[in-house]
Amino acid sequence: MAPVTSPPDPAKVTDPPPGRYSSDAAGLGRLRAGAFVAPALALIAVFLVFPALWVIYLGLMNYRLTGLAAADPKFVGLDNFLQAISDPGFWDSTWLTFQFVLGSAVIGQVLLGFTIAWMLRDWRGPLKRIVEGLVILAWILPSAVVSFLWVALLDRDSGTLNALLGIEGFAWLLDHPMLSIIIFNTWRGTAFSMMLYGAALGNVPPSHLESARLAGASGWQQLRDVVFPHIRGHILTNLLLISLWTFNDFSPFLLTAGGPDGKSEVLAVHVYKTALQSGDLGYGAAISTVILLINLVVAVFYLRLLRSKR
Amino acid sequence: MTRFVAGRIGVYTLIAVLLAFFTIPLLWLATAPFTSDPSYEVRLPDFTFENFQMIIEHPYALWSLVNSLVLSIGTAVLVVVLSALAAYALSRVRLPGRDALLYALLLLSSIITGTAAMVPLFQLAIELNLIDSHTGLILILSGGLLPAAIFMIKDFMDTTPKSYEESARVFGASPLQIVAHVVVPLVRPGLATIAVWTVANVWGNFLMPYLLLSDVDKQPAAVIMYTLYTEGGQANLKVLSTFGLLYSIPVVIMYLFVSKKYGFRFHGGIKR
Amino acid sequence: MAAIELKGLTKVYPGGVKALDSLDLSIPDGEFFALLGPSGCGKTTLLRTIAGLETATGGNVVIGDRDVTGVQPGGRDIAMVFQDYALFPHMDVTENISYPLRIKKVAKAQRQAKAGEVGARLGLEQLMDRRPGQLSGGQQQRVALARVMATQAKAFLFDEPLSNLDARLRLEARTFLKKLQRELGVTTVFVTHDQAEALAMADRMAVMEAGHIRQIGTPSEVFQRPANTFVASFIGSTPMNLLDAVVRGDTLEVAGCEVPVPALAAGLLTDGEKIVYGVRPEYMTYTDEPADGSLSGEVIIVENLGASHLVTLEVAGVLVQAVVPEGREPALGDRGHAVPRGDRALAYRDGELVSA
Repeated sequence: MAPVTSPPDPAKVTDPPPGRYSSDAAGLGRLRAGAFVAPALALIAVFLVFPALWVIYLGLMNYRLTGLAAADPKFVGLDNFLQAISDPGFWDSTWLTFQFVLGSAVIGQVLLGFTIAWMLRDWRGPLKRIVEGLVILAWILPSAVVSFLWVALLDRDSGTLNALLGIEGFAWLLDHPMLSIIIFNTWRGTAFSMMLYGAALGNVPPSHLESARLAGASGWQQLRDVVFPHIRGHILTNLLLISLWTFNDFSPFLLTAGGPDGKSEVLAVHVYKTALQSGDLGYGAAISTVILLINLVVAVFYLRLLRSKR
Repeated sequence: MTRFVAGRIGVYTLIAVLLAFFTIPLLWLATAPFTSDPSYEVRLPDFTFENFQMIIEHPYALWSLVNSLVLSIGTAVLVVVLSALAAYALSRVRLPGRDALLYALLLLSSIITGTAAMVPLFQLAIELNLIDSHTGLILILSGGLLPAAIFMIKDFMDTTPKSYEESARVFGASPLQIVAHVVVPLVRPGLATIAVWTVANVWGNFLMPYLLLSDVDKQPAAVIMYTLYTEGGQANLKVLSTFGLLYSIPVVIMYLFVSKKYGFRFHGGIKR
Repeated sequence: MAAIELKGLTKVYPGGVKALDSLDLSIPDGEFFALLGPSGCGKTTLLRTIAGLETATGGNVVIGDRDVTGVQPGGRDIAMVFQDYALFPHMDVTENISYPLRIKKVAKAQRQAKAGEVGARLGLEQLMDRRPGQLSGGQQQRVALARVMATQAKAFLFDEPLSNLDARLRLEARTFLKKLQRELGVTTVFVTHDQAEALAMADRMAVMEAGHIRQIGTPSEVFQRPANTFVASFIGSTPMNLLDAVVRGDTLEVAGCEVPVPALAAGLLTDGEKIVYGVRPEYMTYTDEPADGSLSGEVIIVENLGASHLVTLEVAGVLVQAVVPEGREPALGDRGHAVPRGDRALAYRDGELVSA
């Protein structure tokens, strides 16, 4: 039996609990919004966050790719980390990585990127597009292709570079592997810095430069007194990002595979070789954890910087 | 005046050196595919097309390009759909913990790189039986690209005025109608950017497929390219050069498309 | 068509900011009603709460004879024009105008016929295939109006409908909008920060400050008898003279001069009381000759208003302004006398108008 109710009096003002529906722009509501976010978060959780946490756990086990320890891994505590610290191979690799980041990113890409952006700042027309296009081309082509292009370029017997320089038989990749990958990575990655500085220089108010020029400032003085103060934030952003990327770059593997004799084995390649070629997953995971921590420090600096800018 | 002239000459010399530095490594890719007997050295091509014939006959080359395409498109669809849904909800609804979540996403996307996570990802793929599976690789690649994609597309949505959605809402449109009629058309350029960004990333990615696909029939072009020049005796430069060119062309076309259509706008982290 | 009734309407934002503080307001059927106030006063929040885009924290919104407080915006039978018009950039004018009908599942042919009809009424016939990006500001505004007209809603809400137009177009659009509203006869509430716009267009208006309504009335009432000093100083293109005064029997002592007690306050003031004496520059008569009950001082500024001049006198250290017809403006440094109109002068006690 339905309870007997009088028809609602239209003029009577009832007091419905307000806020019964969502007040976001599309009326989506939290429940549906949650459903929108969930699939992406699930994928990130399983394939990004979980591996990052798992790598720490793996670092504490004596996992191996094959053999007895693969079937029955044991907890070994900090042994893997201690092994890394006492392993000269790890320290060599860290030192090479430092050279790689400093040489190709901090010095090579930043200087070259800024120089190109500065020279081209007032240019219009085809020459500017050609220069920019080539620099960007080096950046966007697949790493497997450009790596081989450099293998061909630096080849000892019939490479184009030796032919141009007239020094037949100079083995760049064998005798100077670090120099080779540093120059290669400078060539490969300059586009990002060039574009970032190009955008930054576009934001320097022309009136500031003009007033400096009216005051008789030289090119260098304009750079120092007007341009750098304006783009200081961009320089820092640029430095942190490309250092992070270069630190994690795997493409030296494609060029030298860490060789010869580990002379260009940066950490990214070192992890691959110890964990997946030699099969020592536990030790590889310990080094991965160290890489994660270094990434974390750089990223936190970067995010701090972003926040302080807002 | 002489100083000015000297300066000009200096600038042009520097430009010429830079042009040479950036051009010379690329020359080989432009000439060798059209040379009948290519060596490592750059030489004037004799404009033959018979090298392309070898590619068609090669057992893995063309298939690897198809594999690259499958991986790229699959990842792009997944990343675009999931990041757009998530970014829209995060942009428009004040979910509890939203700011912390966004901060965490930004942090994660920059610290968990392929290099740092290759060991656990390899282990995970074994445990989940995802080795030699395109689906598995697509899921793993999407997981890595999603945080940055969500960030970029949310930025885009934040700058889109809410009044469009509110207007549709006042006319009685349901949330899903609003998304379909108003939001998706409005953010289409942003979605296209994310799609191109994802395709470019996956197309060029070497480490993950190298790690997770051992079946040569399933490997994408990046891995085949590497195999071609590292494995087994003297590399076949005819195949290598032609294959490298075919593998590179889609990237160049995409770049030209993006820069023409949207003007190569600067996104902080367009490439990882 | 429907009346709008607000009862004890309150809106508190998360974080405790009270945007609307227990507002009561009733807008009869067919009225053109303005919500006026400085930015941040809550007028837009009020409009959006009527629309349902903001949920009320307390109180009720009644449209027609239906309490819609808990009803979604789409179910309230209202239509809204946004400040930026919110025309969908990916749809042409026809699709934009007929979008509300598409939501109501009206057949396509019927939709297009209706859009064509409404568009023609607003002079958009030649533009029906264009995208919003190809239209001028004035044309965009008319498309937005056409879109709300196509809805057959019971009430229209306009958020700053003229603010995106340039100054000359704004005057034309003002006249056009008022004429259109009269013809349609649909209850319309609009928000503006421009007092001239509210005075010109509205049948009645509410002046708001900090989440409160400070006065409701017709434009004439609000202009001639501002209920408090806030409204007095906010309304009017030249600010009202608000001068400290002391009651001396039948007269007021203002800046060392004696003026008669305002007619409205006659018999309501006590001797020796301190009040604020208010009179608009437009209600001052300026003379060169000394006159009874005038405020006398030196002319320090003369501003050209076009057909008249705004003259500023310094009277014993206090600035007093009067509007002088063209051709009668004094020279700087002259000694001038401004005689307030007794029936338009006002007295404020503690900021509130003194009247019977």
